[in-house]
Parts: sequence; C-alpha cells; structure tokens
Amino acid sequence: MTKEYKTITEISGPLIFVEKTEPVGYMELVEIRTGGEMKRGQVLDSSDDIVVIQVFEGTGGLSKDTAVSFTGDVIKMPLSPGIVGRVLSGSGKPRDGGPEIVPEVLRDIAGAAINPASRGKPRSFIQTGISTIDGTNTLVRGQKLPIFSGAGLPHNDLALQIARQAKALGEAESFAVIFCAMGITNEEAQHFLADFERTGALERAVVFLNLADDPAVERILTPRLGLTTAEYLAFDLDMHVLIIYTDMTNYCESLRQMGAAREEVPGRRGYPGYMYTDLACQYERAGIIKGKKGSITQFPILTMPGDDITHPIPDLSGYITEGQIIVSRELHRKGIYPPVDIRPSLSRLMNSGIGKGHTREDHRAVSDQLYAYYAEGNDLRGLAAIVGKEALSERDKLVLEFADKFEKRFVNQGRDEDRSIFDTLQIGWDLLADLPEAMLTRIDDKYIKAYHPKYAASAAKK
Amino acid sequence: MEVGKVKRVAGPLVQATGLKASMYDLVLVGEEGLMSEVIGISGNKYIIQVYEDTGGVRPGEPVKETGAPLVAQLGPGILTQIYDGIQRPLPMLAAASGDFISRGLFVDGIDHKKKWEFKPTAKKGDVLKPGQAFGEVQEQLLIKHKIMVPPKHKGGAIKEIYAGNFNVDETIAVLEDGSKLTMMHKWPVRQARPVTKKLAPTIPLRTGQRVVDGFFSLAKGGTAAIPGGFGTGKTVMQQTLSKWADVDIVIYVGCGERGNEMADVLHEFPELQDPKTGRPLMERSIVYANTSNMPVAAREASIYTGMTTAEYYRDMGYDCMMTADSTSRWAEAMREMGSRLEEMPGEEGYPAYLGARLADFYERAGRAEVLNGGQGSISVVGAVSPPGGDFTEPVTQNTLRMVKVFWALDSKLTQRRHFPSINWLDSYSLYDQILEPWFIENVSPDWNKNKRRAMNILQENAELEEIVMLVGSDALPEDQQITLEVARMIINFWLAQSAFHPVDTFCPYKKQFDLLAAILKYRDYAFEAVQRGISVAEINSVPSKDALAKVRLEAEYEPILAKILAQMDVEFKALK
Ligand SMILES: Nc1ncnc2c1ncn2[C@@H]1O[C@H](COP(=O)(O)OP(=O)(O)O)[C@@H](O)[C@H]1O
Ligand SMILES: [Mg+2]
Repeated sequence: MTKEYKTITEISGPLIFVEKTEPVGYMELVEIRTGGEMKRGQVLDSSDDIVVIQVFEGTGGLSKDTAVSFTGDVIKMPLSPGIVGRVLSGSGKPRDGGPEIVPEVLRDIAGAAINPASRGKPRSFIQTGISTIDGTNTLVRGQKLPIFSGAGLPHNDLALQIARQAKALGEAESFAVIFCAMGITNEEAQHFLADFERTGALERAVVFLNLADDPAVERILTPRLGLTTAEYLAFDLDMHVLIIYTDMTNYCESLRQMGAAREEVPGRRGYPGYMYTDLACQYERAGIIKGKKGSITQFPILTMPGDDITHPIPDLSGYITEGQIIVSRELHRKGIYPPVDIRPSLSRLMNSGIGKGHTREDHRAVSDQLYAYYAEGNDLRGLAAIVGKEALSERDKLVLEFADKFEKRFVNQGRDEDRSIFDTLQIGWDLLADLPEAMLTRIDDKYIKAYHPKYAASAAKK
Repeated sequence: MEVGKVKRVAGPLVQATGLKASMYDLVLVGEEGLMSEVIGISGNKYIIQVYEDTGGVRPGEPVKETGAPLVAQLGPGILTQIYDGIQRPLPMLAAASGDFISRGLFVDGIDHKKKWEFKPTAKKGDVLKPGQAFGEVQEQLLIKHKIMVPPKHKGGAIKEIYAGNFNVDETIAVLEDGSKLTMMHKWPVRQARPVTKKLAPTIPLRTGQRVVDGFFSLAKGGTAAIPGGFGTGKTVMQQTLSKWADVDIVIYVGCGERGNEMADVLHEFPELQDPKTGRPLMERSIVYANTSNMPVAAREASIYTGMTTAEYYRDMGYDCMMTADSTSRWAEAMREMGSRLEEMPGEEGYPAYLGARLADFYERAGRAEVLNGGQGSISVVGAVSPPGGDFTEPVTQNTLRMVKVFWALDSKLTQRRHFPSINWLDSYSLYDQILEPWFIENVSPDWNKNKRRAMNILQENAELEEIVMLVGSDALPEDQQITLEVARMIINFWLAQSAFHPVDTFCPYKKQFDLLAAILKYRDYAFEAVQRGISVAEINSVPSKDALAKVRLEAEYEPILAKILAQMDVEFKALK
C-alpha cells in the first residue's frame, strides 16, 4: 500500500482536494480513513501536485487531517458465483449480514465497451405475459427497454410482473435477476424484496440497495456495480440476466450534484453536458456477444419529473435505449392496469424478435393495425368532445369505439395475469374484427384469411 | 521527436508539457501510448484529447510525438471494413483484445500484407499530375479501385511502372525525380481533399422511398438533414437509404449511437443485395462505428474520418453517399471537449464555432470534377437528434442553414405508426426545380404535375382538418369531403412505406408514379361523380378504392393496378 496523506486542502460538497507528491492515476480508488470508518473515493482530476476526489459515502465527518491513501488501481468489483442470492449495499458491501464476497475475479467497474463487431443480434422473443409489451412493444433478449413513469404510478408493479413472468418461449431456463435500487424508499425496496422472496426469485438474484437516506454520491457507483456483476454472470457464467434498476432519475440527480460541485459548465437544465455519454456507458452494457451463451437485458425505471418526456433524463435515455414503455397517468386514472400508453411507447428490437419462427407471421401487421386505430381513436376523442359523437361519420364512430375497447380489453389485465403471445394476438384480432374488413389496410390479405375470426371460425368448422 | 510529460488528467483531456507538436498533431499518451490529438497550445502547455479511456493515467507519464496529424490510410481494402472513429478495423481490435475494446492498440486502417493485383493504366514516359490515376486494382467484384497520385504529390514523368501483385507498401511506380509511388497514401482527416471544380447537382439520388423521391428528393452530391426526436425514424431511414440508394459507395457513420444498431448493419448488409448490381451491399459499404459508449474524442473524429474516405472514392469518380447518425452526438462531443477546455460557450453550451464546423463538414459534400478528370459526388445525409424533439435548438438550426433538403420527422406521425414519419407540410427540397427536367425525361412528363397536385391536396387537407376539428366532417361541402378522403389515401396508400416489408421497402420510380397517378385518377372520378350529384357515401364505398390500399405491397403490381383501374372505371360509370 502506498503512502498516506493528511493534506486535504479543501472540502466542498462531495469533493475533497488533496495535495500529494507521488503520481496518482485518473479514476483511481482512494481510501479515506476517519475515526474507525473507511470511506472510498475516486479521483476525478489528477495534476502534478493536487487531486480532486469524489467521496462516495459523503464527506460528513471529514476534516483537514483525515488520512487519505491512494490504492494505485481503479475501482474493481469482487466477483464469484457465490454472489448470486446476496443483498449488497449501493457500494457493494454486504447488507444481508453475510460475509464479504470472496473474489474469484476482480473487474473494473467502468466496464469496457463491447466491440460492435463482436455483438450478436438480439432476436429471441421474451414473453412477459403483458399484452402491451408482447403484442405491440415486444421485448427481446439483450435489449435495454426502460419504463418511463411518473411519481405515484404503478411502474414497480409492472417491473415486478415482468421479472416474474418473463420467459423465452420453449426454454425452461429462467433469468437471473439483478436489482439495483438508487435512492428509492425503504418501503419500495421492501416491496421488491418481498416479491422476490415470495416467488423464489431471490435465490437467483443479486440485490444492490442504495436507499433514499443513503449517500447520494454512492448512487453513481450502484449501476456500475450491478452491470459489472451482470457481465460476469452473463459472459463468464453463461446466464441470461435481467437487470432492473430504479430510479435512474435519482442517479442523474447525483450526476448533476457532482457537476455542480465541480463548477462545470452545465448543459440543459443544469445537468452535465456529458450526461448522454455517461448514461450510454450504463445502458450500452446490455446485449449479447457472438459465441457466448449468456445475455444482458435491461429494465431501467425512471420517473419523469413533472411527467415531462422532454425532460433531459427521459429524453437522453430515450435516445440511447432500445425503446421505452410509457406508463400513463391518464390510463391509471381510468383504472386501467398496467397503464401503458402504447402510442409513445416503442420497442426498437421488436422486428427481429417477432414473426414467423419467433411468434407468429401476422404479428407485425396486427400490431401496426392496432396502433393505427388506437392512435386515430384517441385523436377522435378530442373531436367528439367538441362536436359531439353524433357529428362523427360512421367510420369515425367505429374507430372511437375501437379505442375504448382496446384500452379495456387489450391494455387492461390482471396483476397476475400471464397472457401467452397467442392470447394477446387473439384479443387483437377480436378487436379488429369489429371493424369492416376493408378498414384493415395494414394487414396482408393472406393473414386476414388465416387469422381473422370470421375466417378462422369457418376454417375451424370445416 | 520530443517526449513530453503528462501534467494533468481529467476525463478525456490531458495537459502536457515538454512538446513541440503542432496543433492537431497526433501524440501518444502515457505508458500505454493512447492515441491522442493536440487540440490546444498555450505557452508551453499542450491540451490533448485522448481517443481512448484515460482511467489510470498518471501525471508524469510520457507523451510521445508522432510528427503528423490524424490521418486516414487510403488504398485498396477499405471497402467492407468496419472501423472505429479513428479508422481502426473493429474485427482487428477484437482479434487483439477480445469482445470488449481495450486500449493502447494500434492497428492499421488497411491490411499491409495483402497482395493486390495492380494493373497500370499509364506507361513509362507519361507525365502524371497530382491526383491522376495511373493504375487500378479490382477491389471488389464490381468495384475497381483507382490508384492515384496523392493530391499533394507534385507528380511527374513515369520512369518505371510495374504490373503484378503487390502489397500497399511496395513500390509500383517510380517517377523521373526518383519519387516512389505505392498503392496507399495518407491524408489528414480534417482537411478536405481538393477537386478541380465543384459542379451543380442535377441528377436525383434514387432512394426508393416515395416520400423522398416523390416529394422531397435529394440530388447526387446534395445534402439532407433528417432531424427528429428519439424513435421518430432517423436510423431506419439512414439504413434504408444506405441499402437502396443508387450510388456506388456508401459510407455509414454511426457516431455516438447504439451498438446493436451497428451490429444490425453488420448482420444485414452482407446478406442484402444491391438492387442495381445484385451484389451483397457490404461490398460497396464502409462502416464507422463509434458508439455512444466509446470515447467521445474518437466520436468527434469519426465524422472526418468517414468524410475523408468518401472523398477518396469520389476522387476515383464514384458517386458516394455518406450518412451520419447522428451529427448531434458529434456536436455534443465538441461541446464536451469545449467545456473541458473552459472555452467561452455559445448557445446552449455548444462552442461558438459549432456553425462553422457544421458548415465545413457539409461543404465537403457535392458533385465535382475530380483531379483525375471525370466526375464524382458525395451526398450527405445527416441525422439530427434535437433535445426534446425541439427543432429550434442550435444543432438543427445551424444544420438547416447548410443543407438543401429537410426531412422533418414528426412524432405525431410516429405515434400513429405512420412511417417514414416525414412531415409532408414542413419538409422541403431545394433541388426540386433543378431535378424536374430529369424526372420529365426519365420517368414521366407528368411526374412534377402529379407531385404538385398531391401536395396541394395535402395542403388543402390540413386546412380542412382545422375546420373539421370545430364542426365535424359531415358539415363540409361534398367536394371537400372527397378531398379529405383522397388526402387520406395519399397518406396511407402512398406516403406510408414500411422499411421492413420485403416488397415495399424499395419502390422504383415507375411504381411510385403509377401508384400516385391511380389515386389522382380516383380523385378525378370522384369529383366528376359529385358533380353528377352522387353522394359522398356512395363514392367512398366503391370497392376499387379499397383495392388501391395494398397495391404497393405487390412486386408485380402492374397487372393488378391495371385491373383495379379498369374496375374503377366500370364502378364509377355504374353510379347513378
Ligand atoms: N420506415 C419505417 N418503416 C417501418 N418502421 C419504421 C420506419 N422508420 C422507423 N420505424 C420504426 O420506428 C422505430 C424507431 O426508428 P429509429 O429509426 O430507430 O428512430 P430514431 O433513430 O429516430 O430514434 C424503429 O425501431 C421501427 O420500429
Ligand atoms: Mg437512431
């Protein structure tokens, strides 16, 4: 171990400035001893004579003669198969009363970028049992698909239902779950843990908890630890990993706080200019690698401040992730669960995971047609409110009714209702069958002949 | 060459002293020799941006000069490659360091061992000018690679020239002054390659997308911007154009975007065929993948590296298309560097020179008479990712000042799954007039007339829709109700085009024209019927109208369309 310094010259929010004589590496892990406690920090700026360090556990209790030593290495996560089933703190310390992780390997938590030429194409359909996802915003293995929600909406229930029900069709293997909590309340965290326990998921889970009263700076570490663990499980141990992290909004607030402490030129609405890159360095750690068995599928959850999707946190996220599932306050008020608004929702990898050989050949067409009329029906609601329903044309009335039925029957489902993709498509067809066949302009005739209830019924009779 | 010392490291930026390098020179930072570039000099302090991750780099580590700026290696072997932002082949990086990119790796942009068959096209005694071709190599089955005198070489009379198999370092010709020529030369990526003369673009770039070719067409050598919020279809459009555009060479630059999208390109392009030649698309493509989680400095460089290779193939006389997804990420990389340099920020934190850099970039596009004689072109399509989908932001605005075609993506259309979500009222092409004669001569004398008719219908439709929002559609006069219906047909049967439908992903000019003409024909019948006092409900329910909906999905559409039109004639005559 290297020399110990007692040369803190300045303490400013989460940062300390230390004078030193030996060279210190950028991003190096720093140990800070105060009283009996050991805090950890990381070098953000390293010059000949002075370094700037962010302290993960907060600078409370530090003084100018606190001892600081540099470890000569970047932050690494200890990993071994025994990590599965453990509950750790947001900085990776045991939180379940168990022993420290005895490392088989140590991995740099910054994580290197997957070489784009080494990436496999995500194309395995994951059935979540939720129609608005499977039917119209299909998830595939190796995708990063966040839930954009608002305060007080049931995004946690949705995430849990996905974690419970998610399976690859025709494969017994279930997912290992990594759960990273960042600044959520103890109650919320318990909600997750109790559900994991109830369903037995905890045995194949790794949990990282940084709660609302834990240090905010620690949150910068939490997803990195979770993702480093995910890469280990997926690419060393061949597991299919589902990682849920919540709430990315709290993570971004910590980034903003750090930026302000460093007096950086802020970007949009006070968030650091490099937030896009920083978020990308988390979200891009999803995917599959050619020749490897495992995969990493990400479900980040974020609450949109003021339900505003143009806020930098959802905006930058949406620019990086492979789609987004939007939880809507309006649908929630109508009593619909899960209140997913499919219109602004999107799964960018849907195309490679659906259709013949994955789900069913008519999937894309059915989904497009449902979208088109649900969106149009929604627009017509505005019109009907002004001119009255009677003033609408016959066609428009049908479309309006379609939108209502779509919400009640397709979107709405039970918290434990696990619909197969075929059930989902059937509901879609049943709704479309209430429209004249000529209105199904997005669906190839051969699919209409094969799956439209009108023909399917007569085909069955024969 | 000097060796300096690192004084400070903060993120991708390093300060060093003890150097003599010039601005934009490449230097190697630290024990690992990380590829870096000098981006500021003040007194004896050098500010250096590092193209690789700087974690662990310490003050006191060495900084080595290379004496040259960041260059691209230009020679046979570029096609089919996939590079990072500084022209390192990604498969080579994977071979060296595995599935995750590690750092301090130096890899050549092209293979220096591979032998190519060089066929001279000049002979002893010929006098070569700068940029002149003197031989060629069959780089791909259908693509000849011209070997040219480097533009900065003064040229001269050929003393000796050799035919045969050589690698790119071996001498293939010697000039009278003793200078030796090889198949490769280097070019600094931030510098535009010279041409003899810029020419006006007069030929359309066929994309097979109806809304593009039919309404807002791009010219060969033209520039287009495609701004839109996330999920509105920028990437799909760029990939679709890269697949079907009738150009010789495609340069696809993934600048700060998703890894899986790049993997998509790499999986698809070798499998898909160029509609013009039937050869795998990959053979005409060069891919740059500097994804969002790869170093920002290399992201900043990727646009220049991509452009330099585009210019190189243009200089051979090819029509090239470069797509950049996304120029906003490039601008953000500049912003990030700028703010770390503590430069005075301009609008929204972007450096004050944002506009100038964008202008320099788009200026490198165009059709030109090249040094070798003959013509080549570079068309550029830049995606723009405005925060919150708001087009008033600086990158969109500065881009629109430069480009001639604006494809405005509209999230309202996206929400209805109307693709491409290009707004037909806001978008424009300034090549419209210039390209008209070409379409008249090569597709149909009515091309432009029909286009304007369709656009007028959509314009009228937008006005009518506002009235409908107040009073409902039934309150409109009958002919206006017909206009609403015809607009709906143009939108749903013609403008909408799925990039994923096996047939509809690419629509030839003739089919574009025929489909639109058929819809307009319906309109004429319908208006005439209204005059005769037939009710709107009756007109709208003629079966041939619905039949028009899916003609676009048919490859052999002509007999089907002819039948529908014949039927339409019968049906309208029968309306009494
Ligand atoms: N021309 C198109 N045809 C069919 N689907 C499209 C088309 N353009 C976009 N999409 C759909 O929209 C999604 C988002 O498009 P993308 O190009 O990735 O958006 P952006 O790059 O603007 O974020 C795609 O995954 C696809 O499902
Ligand atoms: Mg995109």
